[in-house]
Amino acid sequence: MKHLLSMSDLDRAAIEELLDLADHFAEVLDRDIPKVPAMRGATVATLFFETSTRTRLSFEKAAKALSADLLNFTPSTSSLSKGESLKDTVLTVQAMGVDLMVVRHGAVGAPARVASWVDCSVVNAGDGAHQHPTQALLDALTIRRRFGKLDGLRIAIVGDIRNSRVARSNIDAFTTLGASVTLVAPPTLLPFHVDSYPVATTADLDSILGDLDVVYMLRVQLERGSGPVLPSLPEYVSRFGLDRRRFLQLGKEAVVMHPGPMNRGIEIAPDVADDPRSLITDQVSNGVATRMAVLFRLLKGKGQL
Amino acid sequence: MITIHDALILTPDGPVPGDLTVEGDRIAALATGNADTHIDARGGWVGPGLVDLHTHLREPGFEWKEDIRSGSRAGSVGGYTALVAMPNTSPAIDAGHLARFVTDRGREAGLLEVMPAGAITMGRENQALAHLDELFAAGVRVFTDDGDGVADAGLLRHAMEYLAERGGVVAQHAEDPGLGRGGHMHEGLVSSRLGIRGLPSLAEETMIARDLALVRLTGVRYHAQHVSSAGSVELIDEAKRAGLPVTAEVTPHHLNFDHSRVESMEPCFKMYPPLRTAEDVAAVGGALAAGIIDVVATDHAPHAEHECEVPFEEAPRGVIGLETAAAAVLTAIELSAIGFFQKMSVIPASIAGLASQGQWIEEGAPANLMVFDPEAVWVPERFASKSQNSPFRGIKLKGKVMATIFAGRITHQVSS
Repeated sequence: MKHLLSMSDLDRAAIEELLDLADHFAEVLDRDIPKVPAMRGATVATLFFETSTRTRLSFEKAAKALSADLLNFTPSTSSLSKGESLKDTVLTVQAMGVDLMVVRHGAVGAPARVASWVDCSVVNAGDGAHQHPTQALLDALTIRRRFGKLDGLRIAIVGDIRNSRVARSNIDAFTTLGASVTLVAPPTLLPFHVDSYPVATTADLDSILGDLDVVYMLRVQLERGSGPVLPSLPEYVSRFGLDRRRFLQLGKEAVVMHPGPMNRGIEIAPDVADDPRSLITDQVSNGVATRMAVLFRLLKGKGQL
Repeated sequence: MITIHDALILTPDGPVPGDLTVEGDRIAALATGNADTHIDARGGWVGPGLVDLHTHLREPGFEWKEDIRSGSRAGSVGGYTALVAMPNTSPAIDAGHLARFVTDRGREAGLLEVMPAGAITMGRENQALAHLDELFAAGVRVFTDDGDGVADAGLLRHAMEYLAERGGVVAQHAEDPGLGRGGHMHEGLVSSRLGIRGLPSLAEETMIARDLALVRLTGVRYHAQHVSSAGSVELIDEAKRAGLPVTAEVTPHHLNFDHSRVESMEPCFKMYPPLRTAEDVAAVGGALAAGIIDVVATDHAPHAEHECEVPFEEAPRGVIGLETAAAAVLTAIELSAIGFFQKMSVIPASIAGLASQGQWIEEGAPANLMVFDPEAVWVPERFASKSQNSPFRGIKLKGKVMATIFAGRITHQVSS
């Protein structure tokens, strides 16, 4: 495996191998000195053409914990604002000597396009509404650490599925690992041709709450066009927001997840987000271990730790 | 004097094997003459030079993509002796002097006949009518805001009423701006999986349906550009059966490719209308063969290499097509020699009112013709166009243009 561009590149065995590796790195991160020399001498560049805090920090922490060197590219301070093309930018970064690029971009397929231009490895850190594979891996890891496995779990993904790369990646990951997935959204936020997806769908969140193991809330992405397809935000919140009343209808073992950043009071009530059965901070810490696994796997192949 | 030997000559009475001699800008005889130049057709077809109703020559304004000379060169390589140049240049061709500029530049290049199409609305801005009379006086017969549909039905109605009286053709790029908003590819299974916003077939079909109601009202000659969906084919078929003065075109890429090509996210598969489903590809091919869609038009839309080195959603719309059209059509569907030249030359010339184009070969006819080997197999790699954004690059095609003659001069010949 040279690049990680889409969850559809990974079969069940490949996902499980990465999750096992991530479990190992989670243990590393719990040590007194949470750092291993596994990638000493390697250089990782993060190129975030679309703004992000948590994903970029998470990759940078992962690279540092593996003792890799880091180059950080952010468009606002870069030559992109002077009109440089994406291709020229990535070729320039590559010429400085880079072993792996972490690329986030607002356009679908941009990381794959970058991978076709450069010689180094490329990790997709989110491309448009297409894919965000490391998010799906860290979510799968978080669920696996909680429940032991995903087989047979009932997972609802709630919100703007149509415009969500997190949803597309997670549908791939969760179903590949044996969970049954229900998409919960108004028709205008479901993907077109959703009947071709290996999932169930409903617009009635209340009717399924009691049957769920995991309720995965998505961000209302006003910046990606969730806005015009909804009558109003309050109407959305009343039907699809995870408030205390809905939270109490969940089973005793059920957990709540969210990829962040949250709109508190919109898709998730503040007290639900902060409940002990919310795994939102676990997702963040598992993210670092997961990204260590991905970086290590791409750069060192199946070599020894 | 040029003699073409061993040809299957497309005469008004059908294909006839033999030789043909050109003298000056006319066909002198369907026989060997005392020629100083000889072309061996090796049994290939010799018919009227091809006529493209839909070419983007990019001049004025976008000369780094193509200009009238380089586009003419690409056309002659593709067997064309006449092109209708789309008016979405900068400035848009919305007044007489601009149309004359395009015609004059075409004459200067001298490789084929360039007929400007005129904009329907000023600046293609969908606000006010363009200078339709001036354009008409400058020789414009085809009017279109191509690149965008005329969204304002009231404005389009006035254009239709006006042009119905003058005898112009309203050519529509049918794409409802509301239904198509933000779309980069066909709205379907592939767009859903990729997370790319789609442009549904309905964006095309609803506008064609609306336009046909206005054609019924105004009686204007209406031409549906680059028809891409099975639903559009049905609407056009129905309108023709009802006797409306309607014609339609399909592009070589819509005859050959479906939306699964976009999975590669190569910008050379991005165009408007987008590549649709396999069922749509079959429907437009069947409609072309059956005459419901009248002609093939290239929608030759050059973009520079660096403009295409971007992610799919940021890529410019459109692909080149002049140099591959003839072969791409025969690769997609089976056509007789007569059917081929009808759809590629005779009917397009008559739609555009190009008097010296699209005539079957006979003594005294204008020497605008092309020599075509329908059996030759080749793989396009580089193009004479300034731009290289072709979806047919690297794809095996059947049929090759061996020579093109415009006004009695050889403008293209494959060296043997």
